[in-house]
Amino acid sequence: MEKQTEKPTLKTHLAAPSEVNIAELPCKLEVNNLRLSYGKDEALKGINLVIPEKRVTAFIGPSGCGKSTLLRCFNRMNDLVDSCTISGEILLDKQNIYAPGVDVAELRRQVGMVFQKPNPFPKSIYENVAYGLRLQGVNDRRTLDEVVEQSLRGAALWDEVKDRLHDNAFGLSGGQQQRLVIARAIAIEPEVLLLDEPASALDPISTLKIEELINDLKEQYTIVIVTHNMQQAARVSDQTAFLYMGELIEYADTNTLFTTPAKKQTEDYITGRYG
Amino acid sequence: MKQWFRSGTPWIWLTGGAVTISIVMVVGLLSLIAVRGLSHFWPGNVAEVEITNFRTGEVSSVMGEIVRSETITATMAREGGNPVSEGQDLVTRYLFKQGNRDQFGTDFVWHFGNTMGEVTYPKGVFAVERREWGNFYGFPVALLTDGLVVSTADDVGFSAQLSVALDRAITRADEQRQIERREVGRINTAMERIRLELRSMELQGLDESELATRRAELDRQREALDAEYSVLRQKMDELQRERRRDALVMRMTDGREVTLNLSTIIAITQPNDMSLTAKFIQYFAKIGEFLSTEPREANTEGGIFPAIFGTITMVFIMSIMVTPFGILAAIYLREYAKQGPVTRMIRISVYNLAGVPSIVFGVFGLGFFVYYLGGNIDRIFYEAALPSPTFGTPGLFWASLTLALLTLPVVIVSTEEGLARIPSTVRQGSLALGATKSETLWRVVVPLATPGMMTGLILAIARAAGEVAPLMLVGVVKLAPNLPIDGEFPFVHLERKIMHLGFHIFDVGFQSPNVEASRPLVYATALVLVLLIVLLNLTAISIRNRLREKYRSDSD
Repeated sequence: MEKQTEKPTLKTHLAAPSEVNIAELPCKLEVNNLRLSYGKDEALKGINLVIPEKRVTAFIGPSGCGKSTLLRCFNRMNDLVDSCTISGEILLDKQNIYAPGVDVAELRRQVGMVFQKPNPFPKSIYENVAYGLRLQGVNDRRTLDEVVEQSLRGAALWDEVKDRLHDNAFGLSGGQQQRLVIARAIAIEPEVLLLDEPASALDPISTLKIEELINDLKEQYTIVIVTHNMQQAARVSDQTAFLYMGELIEYADTNTLFTTPAKKQTEDYITGRYG
Repeated sequence: MKQWFRSGTPWIWLTGGAVTISIVMVVGLLSLIAVRGLSHFWPGNVAEVEITNFRTGEVSSVMGEIVRSETITATMAREGGNPVSEGQDLVTRYLFKQGNRDQFGTDFVWHFGNTMGEVTYPKGVFAVERREWGNFYGFPVALLTDGLVVSTADDVGFSAQLSVALDRAITRADEQRQIERREVGRINTAMERIRLELRSMELQGLDESELATRRAELDRQREALDAEYSVLRQKMDELQRERRRDALVMRMTDGREVTLNLSTIIAITQPNDMSLTAKFIQYFAKIGEFLSTEPREANTEGGIFPAIFGTITMVFIMSIMVTPFGILAAIYLREYAKQGPVTRMIRISVYNLAGVPSIVFGVFGLGFFVYYLGGNIDRIFYEAALPSPTFGTPGLFWASLTLALLTLPVVIVSTEEGLARIPSTVRQGSLALGATKSETLWRVVVPLATPGMMTGLILAIARAAGEVAPLMLVGVVKLAPNLPIDGEFPFVHLERKIMHLGFHIFDVGFQSPNVEASRPLVYATALVLVLLIVLLNLTAISIRNRLREKYRSDSD
């Protein structure tokens, strides 16, 4: 069962139409000379990157290379770390999100995020999905019902939970929880969806479901995914960035990066020589 | 041997032994209290025995319940003046509860076994429970009404007539009490209100004519109340007279006859004629009475209801005050305050506050809450009542507040721990959805931390309910005339003094004029206190478990 569904996914992706020039695609996020340090440790050493709209961009690299840190810059989650200092800029639709006066809560509504470990709230499935809307002051029952159903359908979870929407979210399996968290994120209709190793805590079948979901979601959202699983990056992403020691080593469309890497370091990493 | 040590077996024995000893001690403590406390309510048989006075050789008869016995050495007995025969090393003595304190002066007396004749349990003995002077043991002789014999003990209808008369007397006593409590209490409150109004009018310095008209108005009200009171007084006198009409003549074991007015009697039992079932019924009735009635006779008789009620009320008010305060403080310390040397110092101070002896809190409560705060409240709001203080004297509110202060560290520490335990991923999940910090805090973090808060509250309740020392300074008394909650406006009287189980134990155990009578009550009250704390804790724990179930998360 697993293999049957897995194969076509791999095939479609590896057989994707040949090289695309990233610079020519409509740009959603643009990173300009981003430097970030935690206290004295510099975690990102001048990153320049363009993320195209409505495509899946993967960040790969060994542990501690800064890929998660970079991802968390896009919705300013690093602001929560006291010792963190940032320079450079990130443009979301040509607007610098680190400019003074930017409403961080508003930014995070545009740039949703899903974390490595499923983190549902201690509420019912329904309330988890409705949480973001309720924050925005939406309390109309009918609107909520509609959005909850849409989001759960969007996250391919509706059929599994439609009869127990008011049960505690902790009763779901890990994979279901992760899809619930995705439903929660898309309920507020963000423009960008950041996925921080979304399948690393899941079993293979759940992983597969999440990957299929990512494939569906890119119709509507710009997706940035961090993964330490290169096969996953190859399966789901349109372009891949390889980071190492806080630097962007190589960034190209996925096919190119995995088949003909330009840099020695990239080749060493994807062939498993280190990392 | 070395092998044995290396195997770790000694450690198992050592640790297991520690657990065993702890369990034995706890169980031993509880069962001692339970047995001593609960056995007091068992209706014991009344023994009758002939005592030969070892000095004069006179023979007299003694009747009463044998409470306990102890064996002492002959030397000790001889020193006590009892010529125990040579060759006898040990002698047993028995403690008789002979009752009839009004006749003998004491109701507990020791008798040596070697002076006692055969112990019999005669049928037909009456154990009479009285409102004053403790129990009376004796044989019934006759029932009198207005001094005339209605029926004698040998008559067929005697016991029926007696119980009818007794029921009547008790009903009237209850009626009278009702009037005293409700009606007279209401009139007194109204009178007091008028007095205060007059006084505050004087204080306001109204002009003479105004003052005169209003005073006339109040005087008229007072007269109406006086009239109402005199009607009630008449009714009460009537009841009193009615109650006093019947009397019971009893013969003591030494042959003397004593007339007991039925109005002084609470209950009559015949323990020697009771079946086991009847004794059980009587036993549970006595326990119920102990839990639900007020104390009598300097707390050595009657129940402990006001103490139970006072303890619960105080714990509730304390919880209401300490919970929000402690939780807010903890939230600030954990969520908002910048973690640095200052925060650390505050935290250490809070933790150390938990180690301050409770009597110190009592002193603080008396000095600051009662005298300073209470005094100022009186000056501002209750000026008319001065110089008699309203809040400027120990009372329920100050006692609760002092205990709230005492238990504050516990609540803060537990809440902080509860907050710290919440996985950061959950917070980030909320923030990532565009929630602000405060939205995250109130919608996700605080609900998740409620079990931790409840743990704090449980510990606080456990500590507060058993605390005695500070309460003696800030509001607990030996005998409170009123309950802190009653039907009189404003229903909860925060300024009233209360009774408390812990203090009641101290009072009954060490301040009582009648040591032997109060000893079992110490155990019984202690048992009630322990059970009450267990009950309060169980309630809180079940609430916590329900919350835990509701906010169950993977990290638990």
